[in-house]
Amino acid sequence: MTELVQQLINGLSLGSIYALIALGYTMVYGVLKLINFAHSEVFMMGSYFGFFTAVGLGIEHYESIGQTFPLYYAFVVLIAAMAGAALLGVTIELLAYRPLRNAPRLAPLITAIGVSLFLQNLATLIFTPNPRRYPAIIREVRYELGGVVVTNIKIAILVVAIALMAGLHLLVQKTWTGKAMRALSVNLDAARLMGVNTNRVISSTFAIGSALAAAGGILFGLDQLTIKPTMGVLTGLKAFVAAVLGGIGNIPGAAVGGLLIGVAEQLTAGYLSPDYRDAITFVILIGILLFKPEGLLGVVRPEKV
Amino acid sequence: MSIIRLERVEKIFGGLRAIGGVSFEVAPKQIFGLIGPNGAGKTTIFNVVTGVYQPDGGKVVFDGTDISGWSPARVAARGIARTFQNIRLFRAMTVRENVIVAGHKIHRANMLDAVLRNGRFDADERAFTDKADELLEIMGLRELADEEASSLPYGSQRRLEIARALMLEPKVLLLDEPAAGMNSSEADKLEDQIRFLRDELSLTIVLVEHNMSVVMSVCERIHVVDHGETIAEGPPSVVKADPKVLAAYLGEETPEAAIADLRAVHAAATSSPESSS
Amino acid sequence: MKWLLRAAVAAAIVGALWGLSYVLHEHVIEYVVRIAMLCGMNIILAVGLNLINGTTGQFSIGHAGFMAVGAYTTAYVCTQLAPEVAGVLGTGFLPDAVVFNVGLIAGAALAAATGVVVGVPSLRLKGDYLAIVTLGFGEIIRLLLTNAEFLGGATGFSGDNPTGLSPYTNVFWVFLWVVIVIVVIRNVTFSQTGRSLEAISEDEIAAEAMGTPTTRLKVVAFTLSAAAAGIAGGLFAHLQGSVRPDDFKFDRSIDMIVMIIVGGLGSITGAVIGGIFVGVTLELMRDLSEYRLVLYSLLLVIIMLVRPQGVLGKRELSFSRLFPKKAAKPARAAGDEKP
Repeated sequence: MTELVQQLINGLSLGSIYALIALGYTMVYGVLKLINFAHSEVFMMGSYFGFFTAVGLGIEHYESIGQTFPLYYAFVVLIAAMAGAALLGVTIELLAYRPLRNAPRLAPLITAIGVSLFLQNLATLIFTPNPRRYPAIIREVRYELGGVVVTNIKIAILVVAIALMAGLHLLVQKTWTGKAMRALSVNLDAARLMGVNTNRVISSTFAIGSALAAAGGILFGLDQLTIKPTMGVLTGLKAFVAAVLGGIGNIPGAAVGGLLIGVAEQLTAGYLSPDYRDAITFVILIGILLFKPEGLLGVVRPEKV
Repeated sequence: MSIIRLERVEKIFGGLRAIGGVSFEVAPKQIFGLIGPNGAGKTTIFNVVTGVYQPDGGKVVFDGTDISGWSPARVAARGIARTFQNIRLFRAMTVRENVIVAGHKIHRANMLDAVLRNGRFDADERAFTDKADELLEIMGLRELADEEASSLPYGSQRRLEIARALMLEPKVLLLDEPAAGMNSSEADKLEDQIRFLRDELSLTIVLVEHNMSVVMSVCERIHVVDHGETIAEGPPSVVKADPKVLAAYLGEETPEAAIADLRAVHAAATSSPESSS
Repeated sequence: MKWLLRAAVAAAIVGALWGLSYVLHEHVIEYVVRIAMLCGMNIILAVGLNLINGTTGQFSIGHAGFMAVGAYTTAYVCTQLAPEVAGVLGTGFLPDAVVFNVGLIAGAALAAATGVVVGVPSLRLKGDYLAIVTLGFGEIIRLLLTNAEFLGGATGFSGDNPTGLSPYTNVFWVFLWVVIVIVVIRNVTFSQTGRSLEAISEDEIAAEAMGTPTTRLKVVAFTLSAAAAGIAGGLFAHLQGSVRPDDFKFDRSIDMIVMIIVGGLGSITGAVIGGIFVGVTLELMRDLSEYRLVLYSLLLVIIMLVRPQGVLGKRELSFSRLFPKKAAKPARAAGDEKP
């Protein structure tokens, strides 16, 4: 029983990271019907942005003298990484996707793969392929409750993720930009005809999605302790599967999907074999595509003939 | 004895009843019109009949077989061919290739024959070309056989869709607004072509069309739907005079007011067939 | 008569390849010959992938997985079969040829079977989903191979000899299979099957309404494409002398995509050119070491931005008249009869 609770807690914290990344996939797919392959690399870059901001703020000094990194510095790291990733996301859209808005469907998809590879190789070149230990932005404190170990980092991950998702929900439901995003996801051309500046809304979508991925990147670093330039590949894929599982284009779906994938992965690792922790994602993907391709919360939209 | 029979067919889109229990029968070799105002559910009926949509209720019987819920390819192979309201040609392929794609009845050679380029493959290719050219001749497109489909003018694209559908050697042909975008002389020619298909190829033809001049002159029986419900059926002369039909088309409060409006429209329509839309 | 002529052409091709192989292996430096063989494998991969990504308009980004299946199968079958055949036929050219080609065909067959397994569930779905499923599948294959102890696990498989897999792969076999793959795929492309595949890529709903069994045909195209990748994998295995799971990473699938994009989606001649281009470019860029992949991915993005339909476009190049187009466009012949 304690074992199960432990796995569930770990799964939820991992899953909330997937959820943060999945939101970016699902939002972009919602408005552009594009699988933004480069999103996994924005997540990776966001993690590095956080890393370098923390280093710039002198975290190595704090660590060497055994002091705690100030909490407001941790927030600075988070905000800086999110801003940097937002800028990166907007730039990618502007340079690589916008020129192809009316091209055949495969063209932006291939471009997205190209951008993803480019960023990954650029990161390998600049940051070296070696894994880096992620600085302890939050110093770990362990709590034990009846055999279940919970760290403050796991709690922080859940809190930050939930706060960001709640913020996104408010933004999408209450603000003008959010309404415009929803309008675009229903019909981009109609939204344009109604006077919505679609390019600006698309840029906002990329900015928000990328910022959330960067937050995911920092939390990932805290959770997994090391980061490397290829970290985005598998994690990004899992997050994408989470988006598909929840129903691609559906924002609450991405959150639910992320949590489910995280839990499924932890349970597989704990009860079957750690070797299969990555494979379970693909099993879920194949299963969902076979039996409910519209996803758990998605709706079937009949194609207009 | 009918060749197509719809029994209380229903289709619901997310709470909206697109078709709410429509029934009608089409006799073999009949030219049957399906009309109604925009959004009445005519194309949805075609989509249910051809298997693009699954019906949410009722059934579609074709030639004694219940075909409700069949896949589009199976319905097509069974003998119901169609055209599309919003023209769906294979745009980058030539006119002839567009027609040949539907040549399943001719197709004998399998993939191994194609790889070996043997006699069976050659015979197939000759038969494809001959049949396609014959159909293009009927639809007046023989000269354009080697053009890219997307380069054709609108009216020719509509006729190419018909030629392509004929390649299936169907028993029933569903035409979705074949006269849309055609000028009046093209529309007149289309009427002749539709009659030719019925007379010479023994086809049953179901026609969705907004051009009333075409509908009234070519159809032997007309079924009128509005808001997904049947409001009238009968020969053109009867349907034309039905107050409910007039009201549906003109959106008038009372049949009397509608009739008054229609007299004016009808007078105009007989002089220029394009005026109805 | 027709068949006699074809037999003569086939014999001439075999003879020419034999001569070419002899000249290259005896008189040209090994490095150049190796690049030529890699280009040949690229052609097989590109022509195969083009059938599904170009002609049919679907999108597989996991073809490295099929290549892996072919490579491991060929290597394994050849290793098992060689002693048996040697017992009957002794050693020399003939037993080697038998073993290698049986191995290649087995590799193609298993890759094709894998193609069916992956294709049946995923090809019912829209293009984007297929991309993700094939990507996931490629990773699963690598995961399975890494955990398959009888195939050497992560260190890879190199047969029973300390020198590695038998070096069966030479210019003759590579280009013989290049010819076979091109002829088969070209003949399928220019037939009713090919027209239907093109129709699917143009408008799937219309194709279905015209009675085309779309899912079945997509699976057929996917399977053929997988089989071609399998053959390339088998040739690759016996060129390298060993196969490792890391030989078939996502990068390799991307290489294949670059090939058909350079060549123009939907063009067989384009795929041939793209295969050679990538083979040579990757070799030339080797000196740039770590900048290589950055430039390579940048090239991919720029090509797409400048020419989304591929560098050479969809049309076959004019020298493709080397292949008689009679059956492909009977239209022309009939049209010419007009005065």
